[in-house]
Amino acid sequence: MKTVTVQSQTPVVKTKTKESRFKRIWKNRTLLLMCMPAIIFFAIFAYLPMPGLYLAFVNYDYSLGIFKSAFVGLENFRFLVMTGDLWKLTFNTIAYNLAFIILGNFLQIAVAIMLNELRNKWFKKISQTIMFLPHFISAVLVGLLAYNILSYDYGLLNSFLELVGLDPVQTYSNPAIWPYIIVITFLWQSTGYGSIVYFAAIMGLDKSILEAAEIDGANAFQRIRYIIIPWLKPTFIILLLFSLGGVLKGNFGLFYNLVGANNTMLYPTTDIIETYVFRTLMTNFNFSLGSAVSLYQSIFGFFIVITANWIVKKVSPENSLF
Amino acid sequence: MENTYRRNVDFSTIMVRVIGYGCIGLFALCCLLPFVLILSSSFTSEKAIMESGFALWPKDFSTFAYEIVFRNPRLIIGSYVVTMGITIVGTAVGLFIVAMTGYALQRADFLYRNKISFYIYFTTLFSGGLVPFYLLITQYLDLKDNYLAVLLPGLLSPFLIIMMKAFTKSIPHEITESAKMDGAGDFTIFLKLILPMSTPALATIGLFIALGYWNEWYNAMLFLSPNMEYRPLQLFLYNVITSADFIRNSAAASNVAPQEIPLESMKMATAVVATGPVILFYPFVQRFFIQGITIGAVKG
Repeated sequence: MKTVTVQSQTPVVKTKTKESRFKRIWKNRTLLLMCMPAIIFFAIFAYLPMPGLYLAFVNYDYSLGIFKSAFVGLENFRFLVMTGDLWKLTFNTIAYNLAFIILGNFLQIAVAIMLNELRNKWFKKISQTIMFLPHFISAVLVGLLAYNILSYDYGLLNSFLELVGLDPVQTYSNPAIWPYIIVITFLWQSTGYGSIVYFAAIMGLDKSILEAAEIDGANAFQRIRYIIIPWLKPTFIILLLFSLGGVLKGNFGLFYNLVGANNTMLYPTTDIIETYVFRTLMTNFNFSLGSAVSLYQSIFGFFIVITANWIVKKVSPENSLF
Repeated sequence: MENTYRRNVDFSTIMVRVIGYGCIGLFALCCLLPFVLILSSSFTSEKAIMESGFALWPKDFSTFAYEIVFRNPRLIIGSYVVTMGITIVGTAVGLFIVAMTGYALQRADFLYRNKISFYIYFTTLFSGGLVPFYLLITQYLDLKDNYLAVLLPGLLSPFLIIMMKAFTKSIPHEITESAKMDGAGDFTIFLKLILPMSTPALATIGLFIALGYWNEWYNAMLFLSPNMEYRPLQLFLYNVITSADFIRNSAAASNVAPQEIPLESMKMATAVVATGPVILFYPFVQRFFIQGITIGAVKG
């Protein structure tokens, strides 16, 4: 603020700051007004709910409201730790996200590199369009698509297993296979669209370098290994760090629609923070417990983002967020 | 020597291409397969599904599920109207606000741009979570069973505002400055000069907002109770998929005996009716989404 010079002719210093502040606002009034709808929007939908996290420290009583309910300190957190829920949710959420991020980036890079090698324009365009398709459908439809394949009685998977002489699997009551199902569905939905960033990065590579390498006798594998992959490394690192910042945020729609609303049998391997909080709200009506988990998620997640951004700043300052 | 060397190069390139065509083709097929499965199942008689499950090609072709869906189309048409209304209004309002904010925040001479940018960005770092948000909508704003509960929260997102900032940065600053010299106000500059110049950006951001509304089911599920007759399309689809009773009730209005209702194929037919038109529309606009993610990724 101090570096901004304001043309003010008022001689008295004390009133100058006061008046110039008003003048500053007045000078920026139109742009300020243009930002007002957004400021109000975030005030209501993002900032107003924040004090509500006080719920985490009370025993919520509907008739008393948030701020008059009995204060219980860290009781809700103690409960979450004692039951092991907090650890289980943290583990599931982070483990799934790490699988998504690592396998996802790996596949996206592979798809981008292969797309770049294709020469048939027609094939390239059609396959790209088809690969993007899963990204544009709702989570509800993803759940139905999975049901078509996994359903015990009618699913394509069991028809196939029967065809090759294997026993059908009870997918929806077998928690052990769900990590695979969820990760595969995620990759199915996100790989095509995610590969665009890497594909665009490859497009930005100076083609004469590849030509020079070819003349020098580098074969196609070597060109990929020693030119294209190193070229993608910075993009990969930045994307990786940014996604690591969100490692504690779960994809509610995906999990909820794949697993189903009340399939308790699958919770041990499929319950993430978002689905747990949703249940505390809609099924168990334990608002305080849900808020405790949300508060934990927000604070822990905040530090993860700060750390990730700090590393980004070290690696490549121009990409850091703040 | 030179000959073998040259052949070597060709061979590796061919190898890479064969692998590329093979893998990409296979993956594209995997992406398409589930859609084919739904389409085929929706045209299969219930009996064939009961006997041999969902298949990639209808074993016993039947349009019965569609006949029932369309015999009494009131609910699904109502859902379409609701979703289209929310999408059109939400996209128009949201896009205008995003564009206006994005433009103001990238103006170098705007004194508060960093503060406001951080104010907006901070909401992605820390949030009150689901429970306080739910209480806000239902108790404080009193929007339960109100379409506004779906419309309002989807209007803006920090991500889209950042994207708009990145887009408008490419518009030469001199345009704003020379217009100011001519005595134009900031809002007039935005409305008359910046908006017409950023149509590609507006198309991209508008499509992101529209897609969000079209696929929205989460807020609808939270805030619209089952006694609302016309619900957004994805919530309608969710109810059809997860509740046999819901299908029976809606089919009962079409004078079909309960035991004759083709439960499974009706789920699929509803999914096709609810999603099909948008999927056909999407190849024409995908380039805008590509543009969006490329710019969004560059700026984080």
